[in-house]
Amino acid sequence: MALLHIAEPGLSTVPHQHRLAAGIDLGTTNSLVATVRSGLAETILDEQGRHVLPSVVHYIAPGQARIGHEAKALAASDPLNTIASVKRLLGRAVADVKKLGDRLPYEFVTADNAVPRMHTRGGDVSAVEVSAEILRALRQRAETALGGDLTGVVITVPAYSDDAQRQATKDAARLAGLNVLRLLNEPTAAAVAYGLDHGDEGVIAIYDLGGGTFDISILRLARGVFEVMSTGGDSALGGDDFDHVVAEWIMAQAGIADDADHRQMRRLLRDASIAKETLSNAVIAPLQIELADGSHWRGEISRAQFYSLIDPLIRKTLTACRRACKDADIKADEVKQVVMVGGSTRVPRVRELVGDFFGRTPLTDIDPDKVVAVGAAMQADTLVGNKPDGEMLLLDVTPLSLGLETMGGLVEKVIPRNTTIPVARAQEFTTFKDGQTAMAIHVVQGERDLVSDCRSLARFELHGIPPMVAGAARIRVTFQVDADGLLSVSAREMTSGVESNIQVKPSYGLGDGEIEQMLLDFMDHSEEDVAARSLREQQVEAERVLEALTAALATDGNELLDEAERVAIDDGMTALRAACTGTDHRAIKRAIESVDKASAEFAARRMDAGIRKALTGHRVDEL
Amino acid sequence: MNEDYFQLFALAQDFSLDTESLAARYRDLQRAAHPDRYAGAGEHERLLAVQQAARINEAYQTLKDPLKRMQYMLSLHGIALPETDTRMDAQFLMTQMELRESLESATQASDPYAVLAQIRATAEQTEQQLLAEVKSLFQQGGQMLQDIPARLHKLQFMRKLLEEVDAQEDELVDED
Repeated sequence: MALLHIAEPGLSTVPHQHRLAAGIDLGTTNSLVATVRSGLAETILDEQGRHVLPSVVHYIAPGQARIGHEAKALAASDPLNTIASVKRLLGRAVADVKKLGDRLPYEFVTADNAVPRMHTRGGDVSAVEVSAEILRALRQRAETALGGDLTGVVITVPAYSDDAQRQATKDAARLAGLNVLRLLNEPTAAAVAYGLDHGDEGVIAIYDLGGGTFDISILRLARGVFEVMSTGGDSALGGDDFDHVVAEWIMAQAGIADDADHRQMRRLLRDASIAKETLSNAVIAPLQIELADGSHWRGEISRAQFYSLIDPLIRKTLTACRRACKDADIKADEVKQVVMVGGSTRVPRVRELVGDFFGRTPLTDIDPDKVVAVGAAMQADTLVGNKPDGEMLLLDVTPLSLGLETMGGLVEKVIPRNTTIPVARAQEFTTFKDGQTAMAIHVVQGERDLVSDCRSLARFELHGIPPMVAGAARIRVTFQVDADGLLSVSAREMTSGVESNIQVKPSYGLGDGEIEQMLLDFMDHSEEDVAARSLREQQVEAERVLEALTAALATDGNELLDEAERVAIDDGMTALRAACTGTDHRAIKRAIESVDKASAEFAARRMDAGIRKALTGHRVDEL
Repeated sequence: MNEDYFQLFALAQDFSLDTESLAARYRDLQRAAHPDRYAGAGEHERLLAVQQAARINEAYQTLKDPLKRMQYMLSLHGIALPETDTRMDAQFLMTQMELRESLESATQASDPYAVLAQIRATAEQTEQQLLAEVKSLFQQGGQMLQDIPARLHKLQFMRKLLEEVDAQEDELVDED
């Protein structure tokens, strides 16, 4: 179903169709998908009228899986084939997974590559594949509800995600057949939902306390531009920890030994969670705990006791808030609004202490569970071009510093945390041995000084350095981070011009080949013809290119191109249109590439013209 | 692409600039160049947008910060910065040592917050004075520019000192 979009006069001479876009909150416990319909952003319900999709996948057989509520119901009876909380594993190495210890009831397969896989009836699956199942279910839900294919999606990630987690999220989306317009940080998405709703300007803080992670972001809103000033957090601190400290206190009171089994621990955590909720309204919560021998222990926990247990945890989040304010170069009282995101911000004590810290009552009027998906949907709607120009722009930052290993296992930071993206930075290094012809480059992410304390992102080598005395070679290493927060690194020896490039793939990430294979596997299961799918993808891409270029030519073609240049582009477009009528997807791809090449100079001129035009108003001011 | 950061922002090459106006220009430039504006464009155009947006970000960060701006303006004038701060005068070295000493003993003081606040005030005052001198030197131009690098070194020292004061204050707050 295509809705006609009415273009404002002068903005675009080619009225285009309303494109279908969605925002996806891929959560640890639950996931949501939202879209903008008739100007209103809202979450999309499933056929039973439910907003959330539990992030749980149950494997039945190879290529057969249940996702969501049904899968969640099977978690207790068939834990080995039911994968929950997979987000904790996404972008993680085997060693990280081991640190999580016994808390994960899955059977991990030891494989040659470092990507952890879980053994299930559906085969040995990686976190990327499990996440792809969840994304596919959300995609189907959206496409059914909207009545057509999605042009693109915005997927949210915790602001504190490292490169590996971002890359893994993008890989999962690719497997699910989604076109990712942008990876968006969760707090930034919340700010969009909040900011556009309230129309405020100034500095706002987004305090996001989920079950297992904590994020704080400080943003400045000015005339539709959301500028993230700093972000910080703790990827291992969340509301679940509240339940843990209460459960531990109960164990000490009730004389339950530390080695309580899984079943008892789960019951204790549930009791702790209930007590936590009771204490939101009451000053005392009664406790009745079933012991291992079937007898009961009775007691109570006071609100004061509860506060003394959780206050140290909340203070840890406030330390991160203080650091974020400092990184943003503002004082806490300059924050105009504090927005609460995540289920754990429902605890009144959290609101109280956060309110004290910033000196104002936090805002809680948007459902903390939906706000992220809603913000992502608004951004997706803008990115596919359903909004007139100049509506909204998000400027995000790198959450963690990026650097290189230098002598002695030390980290040399190239891009410090909280640098606005996109960013490109170069650093020069030299050889330390006479006649050295190669150099190993090790890219790391993190704040610590020692390489061993940071996350290893990639290793590659620059070969072919001409032999010189030590210290004579000049090796320039350039880091580029795109708008999704993804890094690519290139190295170049400046005296000889020898070059080496790498799109950073985490040291333990999935290789391109593996992703291709998974794509093929996925298609086999859905019995979709690979060639037909490739053809459709290329046709869609060709349409996009033609449409964008037609619009650009109509606006700027006469002004920026001479006769010959114009003819070259027109010829390319004609060839592309012809290729599209055929069935050879490779021919279409080649035709797209030649159109891209023919119009490269035009694109560059348009961008320069756009930049000059952007400041026209200011220049007039000055005269 | 060959224009300098001031030209990119359509600003006169002047050390004293209005940060509000700079921020407004920055937002307008990113509105035109940010890759999100090219989400539907071809691969080449998107890459171009990433590069442009990165350059605008770099320019903004450089112009926004007085120390980076100073260094950048010196480079535009072809003035190289000496590797070591050999040109620091004896009086400044004395002040520097005194500040360092009181910072190191701050945690043992009866009121460490007061000691840190005092160091901060001294450092900030020195900063302001140096910045005013630099501004005047840039205005005079010519040979006077040669006197800026020494002041830049002093400013860098003060900034580092202020960062350490921040870090010590953080530790105190965390201990409370």
